[in-house]
Amino acid sequence: MNAIVESRDSTSAFRSKGASVSASQRFVLLLKREFWEHRGGFLWAPLVTGAIAILFSLFGAIAGSLMFDGRNMRVNDLSFNGAGGVEAVRHAVGFAGDIALLVGTGITTSVLVFVVFFYALGSLYDERKDRSVLFWKSLPVSDAETVLSKAAWALLLAPALAVVIGLIVGVTLWLITAGMMLVNGIPGAEAVFSRSHPFRVLAHVLSTIPIYVLWALPTVGWLMLCSAWARSKPFLWAVLLPFLGAILISWMGGVTGLAVPYGSVWYTLVVRGLLSIAPGTWYLNHDASPQRVNGPTDLANAIDFSSTWQVLGTLDLWIGAAIGAAMIYAAIWLRRHRELAD
Amino acid sequence: MNAVASHDTGHDAVVSARELRKAYKSTVALDGTSFEIPPGRIIGLIGPNGAGKTTALKAILGLTPFEGQLKVLGRDPRTQRDELMNDVCFIADVAVLPRWIRVGQAIDFVAGVHPRFDREKCERFLANTKLKKTQRVRELSKGMIVQLHLALVMAIDARLLVLDEPTLGLDILYRKQFYQRLLEDYFDEQKTIIITTHQVEEVEHILTDVMFIRNGRIVLNAAMDEVSERYTEVLVSADRVDAARALKPIDERALPFGKVVMLYDGQQSAGTSQLAALGETRTPGLADLFVALMKGTYA
Repeated sequence: MNAIVESRDSTSAFRSKGASVSASQRFVLLLKREFWEHRGGFLWAPLVTGAIAILFSLFGAIAGSLMFDGRNMRVNDLSFNGAGGVEAVRHAVGFAGDIALLVGTGITTSVLVFVVFFYALGSLYDERKDRSVLFWKSLPVSDAETVLSKAAWALLLAPALAVVIGLIVGVTLWLITAGMMLVNGIPGAEAVFSRSHPFRVLAHVLSTIPIYVLWALPTVGWLMLCSAWARSKPFLWAVLLPFLGAILISWMGGVTGLAVPYGSVWYTLVVRGLLSIAPGTWYLNHDASPQRVNGPTDLANAIDFSSTWQVLGTLDLWIGAAIGAAMIYAAIWLRRHRELAD
Repeated sequence: MNAVASHDTGHDAVVSARELRKAYKSTVALDGTSFEIPPGRIIGLIGPNGAGKTTALKAILGLTPFEGQLKVLGRDPRTQRDELMNDVCFIADVAVLPRWIRVGQAIDFVAGVHPRFDREKCERFLANTKLKKTQRVRELSKGMIVQLHLALVMAIDARLLVLDEPTLGLDILYRKQFYQRLLEDYFDEQKTIIITTHQVEEVEHILTDVMFIRNGRIVLNAAMDEVSERYTEVLVSADRVDAARALKPIDERALPFGKVVMLYDGQQSAGTSQLAALGETRTPGLADLFVALMKGTYA
């Protein structure tokens, strides 16, 4: 009897001794853990790609400046005589500045697409494959917390990091463009500064992040579900199922002669299921796509962020997000209940 | 003695299993298995390959679905796993630490998520090894990985520690060190340790209890002193073999020069006095007892 009393006492004693860990502290540590493991993809991949882009444009600018002899250029002989012509040049130069700014995020986010794709696909599979899941599961961290920390990286943190790096790259490219134009005495070069819209571009790019979270949810959810479910080759399952599904439905439509909405089938399964991790794919939804970009003014309109936010008004985005959330829930369930194959 | 008392009453059992059942496609891993594990014990769960050891441990750890009643520290591992993991820790295999992690990161992580982790203790354990904080797990030898894992786990003040083949593939130096540390620096009467291993001889001296499992059933569940009371080994010289066989040994094996070792179960055959007359008697090793009780497993 003594032992029982004693053990109760000491149990409560060492319960109070241990400092409790709050859920938010734990989640922050889980996020850190993902960064430790995937630093290469999240940080170095966009950083290195951005640096290479800067290096190339710098080489290009220097080489171009050396070959281009500004003294021989006679502006008045060119076709854009007159006040309107100069104005057009300034417009074009400003446009070039905007493009330079956007190219930065374009480069880093296209790297991001690959990083997020393979990260999500491996997020719950790799730990099972190397059996380290047995270590993670020996700690008092719930499956929901673990899976959500991985989803948070795929949907929010990795894109945000890529965008921030992309903006830095973009500003650098913008300065290189401006520098090159000024050095070579291109008429209207100062318009890079006066006619570009750096803050609008920045605001626009940052404003797409919340949309990205919701838009990419079905794809990230699908990839994580495959990652949690596949016993082997999650890549094949994740890619082939939507494609085969779309092909099968199209083929059935062809055979039976039913009016299958082919476009919608392919759009739903392949674009929303697999490609929605690419930023900007929301423009494929017709309700959200801007008017065609024909020139500088249109570009300025296109990057007006209110137009991007139109996608928030589409059912497409919200249904996709709901399905994505459900798939992440299923991934949590699988990680909790699925047995490891020995 | 107190521990034995609570063993009898079944109160406060660390693990209490009733009629556990689990079948895979081709085999039955748990076949109505029932057992109780009282606190403050080191239990060896020993069985041949495919006997259901790992399945039983996975059930206790909430890593596999099963049928039957199971309470671990008063909780059901199927539905209350998250709470349970504050009090339960396990090394479920050798070398499951993620290969990318650095020693320092592993410590930081466990320290951050586990309310019962004692960082100083962990660092003290590691100070006696060659491990450096900046090393990645993939740069470590298997023995060093186990040292790290053990240091992490021993710094956690858990009430139940489950070790599934913790020393598989390690050399004898690491194996001895592993169990010695566990006994000297970790175990106390508040803690319970369950160990499965095939290297029976090496854990024998640290166990307080032993459980033999075969085809998903517990065939022996006893404290070590009960085992030594119940089973006797007799070294019988060649001329007394027939007399010895008449007392129905459960197993016999020949030694060089005609001597035979006979193993007797006190519950089935003659008393100690009769056995002493046959020759030199002693307590059988766990390995020999295991072989005797598992005869015909693979037949």
